[in-house]
Amino acid sequence: MAIWVNQDTRLLVQGITGKEGGFHALGCRAYGTEVVAGVTPGKGGQRFEGIPVFDSVAQACTETAANATMIFVPPPFAADAIMEAADAGIELIVAITEGIPVRDMLVVKSFLAGRSCRLIGPNCPGVISPGTAKIGIMPGHIHKRGHVGVISRSGTLTYEAVWQLSNIGLGQSTCVGIGGDPVNGTSFIEVLEAFRGDAETEGVIMIGEIGGSAEEEAAAWVAAHYDRPVVGFIAGRTAPAGRRMGHAGAITSGGKGTAEAKMAAMKAAGIRVVESPADLGTTMAEALG
Amino acid sequence: MKIHEFQAKEILRRYGVATPRGLVADDPDSARRHAQELGGRCVVKAQIHAGGRGKGGGVKLAASPEEAETLAGEILGMQLVTPQTGPAGQKVRRLLIEEAVDIAHEIYLAVTHDRAAGLPLIMASRAGGMDIETVAAERPEAIVRQHFDPHLGLLAFQARAVISGLGLSGDTAKQATRLLFGLTRAYLETDASLAEINPLLVTGSGDVMALDAKMGFDDNALFRHPDIAAMRDEGEENPLEVEAGKFGLNYIKLEGSIGCMVNGAGLAMATMDIIKLYGAHPANFLDVGGSASQEAVSNAFRILVSDPAVEAVLINIFGGIARTDRIARGVVSAIETLGDVRLPVVVRLEGTNVDQGRKILEDADFDFIIAGQMADAAEKVVQAAAGGHG
Repeated sequence: MAIWVNQDTRLLVQGITGKEGGFHALGCRAYGTEVVAGVTPGKGGQRFEGIPVFDSVAQACTETAANATMIFVPPPFAADAIMEAADAGIELIVAITEGIPVRDMLVVKSFLAGRSCRLIGPNCPGVISPGTAKIGIMPGHIHKRGHVGVISRSGTLTYEAVWQLSNIGLGQSTCVGIGGDPVNGTSFIEVLEAFRGDAETEGVIMIGEIGGSAEEEAAAWVAAHYDRPVVGFIAGRTAPAGRRMGHAGAITSGGKGTAEAKMAAMKAAGIRVVESPADLGTTMAEALG
Repeated sequence: MKIHEFQAKEILRRYGVATPRGLVADDPDSARRHAQELGGRCVVKAQIHAGGRGKGGGVKLAASPEEAETLAGEILGMQLVTPQTGPAGQKVRRLLIEEAVDIAHEIYLAVTHDRAAGLPLIMASRAGGMDIETVAAERPEAIVRQHFDPHLGLLAFQARAVISGLGLSGDTAKQATRLLFGLTRAYLETDASLAEINPLLVTGSGDVMALDAKMGFDDNALFRHPDIAAMRDEGEENPLEVEAGKFGLNYIKLEGSIGCMVNGAGLAMATMDIIKLYGAHPANFLDVGGSASQEAVSNAFRILVSDPAVEAVLINIFGGIARTDRIARGVVSAIETLGDVRLPVVVRLEGTNVDQGRKILEDADFDFIIAGQMADAAEKVVQAAAGGHG
């Protein structure tokens, strides 16, 4: 049954008339997602490859009953796009945009507080329930439908893990990229909670990075609440302190957010932590027996 | 983005933060003239993008303009080594000449983003001037911590909690409160990631001023602060990093010998990690972007091999949306353009059109070492760097 993205998803694409937005809207449709609308302010009334374009998210919702959105709006306007979607009653907001200022995301977080919508990202590859639907920029064909849930702060490293799983015959229930920014929507714990409630998900691969403390918090949650196998990896053991490794959130400072501390917390929680990213798939196979 | 002390003070003064009077000097002669203007007795401070300058000999007290000139001659041009610069140090190209002030007491004061709470955080301590991380580790109770709302700004009762936590009273407390409001406003309005005053000085007469200042900014927000973006000093950055930035590539120079080129930050970090597991060290972090265009790949390769420390190259690309055949063409064309590439190059391509991609590499007029899985790639590149190839 997977989580969050399924055959009932009616997807809207904010920024559909841009190069990236258009390309990936078609990618999602080709994978089987029902793409019902696009939004680009000022371009309402046009059609993009047969998909109706609206000026606002509210209009798009009224006309098409969209219940999810994928955002490609450029960084200076992306926070506004997220809040517009939330205000229009969209349940699932997936923000792909990379480079949104921290202060803008703090405004978003305040705006979303108390609302029932879910934000995934920003700066993430999106969400895919293999064989059913995807909202995001991940290559669909490397995935395979199955029983492993995948959660990650990174894009291509997630593809690497998925590819390893698919190659040894282990399919995935849902893969969620939560994004590489210091302020984001959905946390590791919220994804783990959803996987706990999903009968189809028999084990979880959790891929973290240096920076912040989200992995430590997730490890504590796993120890207390999750009894199916979890395999973990933390990227950035070799990263020097104080240097931002690509993702805005991937930075250690003052001895905090190091790979060692995260790996230790995950091991203490009973998570099978792999030293090598090449061992993610095989370790999950062992864990599932 | 980081800026210099004199620039941080310039910004903070706009928000009412008092600082000693100071002037910037590029040569010993102007150091002497500035010292004269400031009354003779002054502090000569090296301006580099790293902390711990005093310990490295980059901050000296001069009793006279002549001494300021002599000290400036010694400090300008030196490779200043501090705990934050790495062993090679950073060349000093500029000085801040500042009036000497009498010090009664030193305080640590900083504003930064607390990721766990998702809020800005004030950290303050009476143990100023010291390394705050040491204080935090050894005597956490000596640090006053106060969150505030980024939309409302600092509230009066929150400011009072910080000031009383520092044990300040009377006129000093009033001045420190004003300064604290100024600092938090500066932090919020400039999209700073860090605004630190260490030390904040209490003078013999009870006045407060920022003796040192450090600010860092959210790179993603620089588009709305052109004045701050203009403060960037490329001379403080690694030249290869500056060059890579021009092509939208994310490159960070490291100390090892294996040049890495990867698409995606997470996979790039993981690739560095696996190289270390196989016994070598990465020469760099390089993310060509998740979608890895042919042009990005080509420029990345050129920059990568221009680092003389590189003994072997590992290209690890997971072609998702990016097609691996295009990436292979980018690498081959970079090698053809450069000509005479003598380094071993290990390539691991995976994903879309991988068979065509590998065929392009095999057919090229260059002896690529083609790897299958990530572990295989790491093993091969470490061997190649050690001279085990060919």
